[in-house]
Amino acid sequence: MSNSFTVGISDLKVVRAPDVLVTYALGSCVGICLYDPMNRIGGMAHIMLPSSQETGMKGDGYKFADTGIALLVKKMEQTGARSPLMSAKIAGGAQMFASITNSTIANIGQRNVSAVKNILAQMKIPIVAEDTGSNYGRTLYFYAEDGRMKIKSAQRGEWIW
Amino acid sequence: MVFNDYSDLNPVQLDVIKEIGNIGAGNAATALSAMLGNPIGLTVPEIRLLSCQEVTEALGGPENMIVGILLSLEGDFAGMMMFLLPQTFAHITLNALLGVSFNDFSQIDAMGYSAMKEVANIMASSYVNAISQMTGMRIHITVPDICIDMAGAILSVPAIQFSDISEKIIFIADEFLCSDEKAASHILMIPDVQSLEKLMGKLGIDL
Repeated sequence: MSNSFTVGISDLKVVRAPDVLVTYALGSCVGICLYDPMNRIGGMAHIMLPSSQETGMKGDGYKFADTGIALLVKKMEQTGARSPLMSAKIAGGAQMFASITNSTIANIGQRNVSAVKNILAQMKIPIVAEDTGSNYGRTLYFYAEDGRMKIKSAQRGEWIW
Repeated sequence: MVFNDYSDLNPVQLDVIKEIGNIGAGNAATALSAMLGNPIGLTVPEIRLLSCQEVTEALGGPENMIVGILLSLEGDFAGMMMFLLPQTFAHITLNALLGVSFNDFSQIDAMGYSAMKEVANIMASSYVNAISQMTGMRIHITVPDICIDMAGAILSVPAIQFSDISEKIIFIADEFLCSDEKAASHILMIPDVQSLEKLMGKLGIDL
């Protein structure tokens, strides 16, 4: 019997096989799924913004790509996973509205995705699947059983990575 | 006083925003009546300060399909405004405007998108005019941008925008009545904190 756990916005969770993680309706946010196949431990983070270094930002570390991913790796290690064994699958980072020019949120999806890629590269965690960009929302399921990621969209059906 | 966060609004100031919501909705109902050629009724708007999570729940959950329309406000009063319209609202307006009934968002074509944008433009102008009339501030709105998708995905955009301003967001819920059909309309007001201060100052409220 597997249980399903919801990861909210600016949130992260870690589970063991055969449990499932889900985050609903990612827009410009990015969902990061990390998996250690040896220990069968999966973790998911749902970040909103690229960097905690940008001025004037408040809130906890879960909100940002840099601090959020670091916290996710730490929490997975505390659960028994090993970071050299981890690989990543990422999704989200869409541009929901075509013509936003406001400085805070212009291209925010794209900026989130590149921040996530940079952080993962620094931590030497390979990205094995990526479903990012475009202009539609994604619900993300991540199965700690085998590390597969399922994406569900509103008008394009669902598929597996 | 100085605002750091929308949660710093006191009950009197919230009443002011409610009144803007009232006048705006009244203007919007009048404009929509003229546009749709049908009398449009209106319930008293409800105004609340909600977290993004609570807004998502109020809209029927993160995966519920809605129309999101985003506009930027510029000039004396800057910020963003977002309309969140359920399928029934889209149905009523498109039916009245284009004479086509549709049962599902996937049936909306380019003409339908364009019509929805126009409706949003008129509604936004109605609200913005309410602020202008009360304060004498000059406010411009940008051309609306539309997106039909899951509520959670649409809300990620204002959530990111106000994440460095406030934990809570100003949420106005209206209900429009057209013939025997009822449709909810939700509006998110995301003014810059300085603009909000300026607004209260212009109205002589508690500064």
